[in-house]
Amino acid sequence: MAIIEINGLSKTYSVYHKREGIAASIRGLFHRQYRSVHAVRQIDLQVNEGEFVAFLGPNGAGKTTTLKLLSGVIHPTEGTASVMGYVPWQRQIGYRRRFSLVMGQKNQLWWDLPAQESFRLHQQIYRIERPVFEKTLDELVELLNLQGLLGQPVRELSLGERMKMELVASLLHSPKVLFLDEPTIGLDVVAQHNVQGFLRHYQQQRNITIMLTSHYMKDVVALCRRVVIITGGRIMYDGSLSGIIDQFGGHKLLTLQFSDEAPVDLKNFGELVEVQSPRAKLRVDRSSVTTVLGQILSKYNLVDVSVEEPPLEEVIAEVFASVNGTHEAELNKQQVLSNASD
Amino acid sequence: MPVTSVSPQTWWTIFRISLEERLVYRADFALGTLMRFIPIVTQVLLWQAIFEALKGDDVAGYQYNDIVAYYLLVLVGRAFSSMPNLSEGIAQQIRDGQIKKFLIQPIDLIEFLLITRVAHKVVYYGIAIGPFALVFFLCRGFFSGWPDAITLAGYATSLVLAFLLGFFLEAFIGLIGFWFLEVSSLLFMYMLINYFLSGHMFPLAMLPEPWASIAQAIPLQYLAYFPTQVFLGKIQGEMLAWGLTIQLAWVICFAILCRIAMHYGVRRYSAFGG
Repeated sequence: MAIIEINGLSKTYSVYHKREGIAASIRGLFHRQYRSVHAVRQIDLQVNEGEFVAFLGPNGAGKTTTLKLLSGVIHPTEGTASVMGYVPWQRQIGYRRRFSLVMGQKNQLWWDLPAQESFRLHQQIYRIERPVFEKTLDELVELLNLQGLLGQPVRELSLGERMKMELVASLLHSPKVLFLDEPTIGLDVVAQHNVQGFLRHYQQQRNITIMLTSHYMKDVVALCRRVVIITGGRIMYDGSLSGIIDQFGGHKLLTLQFSDEAPVDLKNFGELVEVQSPRAKLRVDRSSVTTVLGQILSKYNLVDVSVEEPPLEEVIAEVFASVNGTHEAELNKQQVLSNASD
Repeated sequence: MPVTSVSPQTWWTIFRISLEERLVYRADFALGTLMRFIPIVTQVLLWQAIFEALKGDDVAGYQYNDIVAYYLLVLVGRAFSSMPNLSEGIAQQIRDGQIKKFLIQPIDLIEFLLITRVAHKVVYYGIAIGPFALVFFLCRGFFSGWPDAITLAGYATSLVLAFLLGFFLEAFIGLIGFWFLEVSSLLFMYMLINYFLSGHMFPLAMLPEPWASIAQAIPLQYLAYFPTQVFLGKIQGEMLAWGLTIQLAWVICFAILCRIAMHYGVRRYSAFGG
């Protein structure tokens, strides 16, 4: 049975539309123009208990808005949602005790005090029995390697250590459902790896349900079997990671190693990705791979050849680009690719 | 909007943590607290000059001694009812999205702020009690003696109610941030009106009409003027009981307004900055 059930969920924001210039600013004092931003449009989604689902999408796609709706922070414009049988935006205390939302870099800890003070407060407000609290805290501290840091003021911790402390705070009450919004944002590679390892272990051990948004493909590849791609507020894809390539990867990559110099007319066979003579990389339409390969083999002498699926992040970037179009999509593509190469 | 029933132990934990947080920047806090005493000197000197010019006449029934005593007691009232950074803090949390913590966790924002404010006040009184005692000792000649036990009890009650009224009033202004986002101008207006109509600047008896009637009709006098009048014995018996009842009614009124603002504000909230 689904632990999270979303039907026809939409959220439209009314945003003040300010024109450029001082005259427009003065006009704005008396008459304001608002425009509707459809952050989430008619989303349907079911998540089963124990699933680890990734929400992927470019900036402004509606990922965070969906998590905010499911956390009850905002009310939807229309549609229904149920998490563990609760309507999130009714914000019943029973619901609040059973889920957690972690937003990267949004501090739920007391800045000037050691994290252990914030944890003690969480123990009280979530009404965690003292022995259970101490056992859970010890376990989380050990898993995240935080020994010796609990007594240090939060402001003196590194970004990675703070993120780990945020995770501890959000897991002390053993939530059944966890929403993670960019949990590794701003972290270095080692810290990202630590957080990923922890989340994977914790989720498997506790069988909790996690929905994660991230721009880091490595987070998604490391943690989630199921991926939901959302763009422009709509769900574009819902399935396995490998299924994304099957559905959206319209081409394959041919790596060709010539016996002599790479020929100059290679672009006639497909899109030339890279030439480092005598090696060349060609992007070819999936349906014509065998034909193209046959033509090249009959015309030139090859030492080696390989046919590969395009990198996942490239395919996802193309999905984003196909929806968003234009310049903004290109920026997103660059962002996904650069994050993937971090 | 669901309201949590916070256990005494949770209250104590929040109180203790707020206390610890408040004591982190002890030098700044101590300095800020002591600086509040500087206006006493300027105010006393100002009234001294005014009464010297009047050559023995009173002002609205107040002699020089009465005015100094009044002013010192107003400071005590203000120490209970002023809420530095409460409204701006709430509006800031709404603006930058930090408030969502209180929508997600099983803790009520208003309740939480009230406990932390009590902790802040306790630290403030802990530091200020020495200077306050010294100033009152040095100025003991301006008072005509200690009031009786009933008056003192009435005074203590009015101070607690002044604290609660100040809290809910400024929390309400902060919660308007759900609609305006920025409340600093609103707060500036409130502070300005408060300065005159709470009796901070001068006794409200000195106000001409229609201001005197306006001051009587609105709750600001209960922040400083009313407790002071109680201590000075100018409000007694039935009038005292009635005054405390009205003060309590205003507290309840603003507590309800806070709940309403929170209820509708959260519905309006779009999780800005989040």
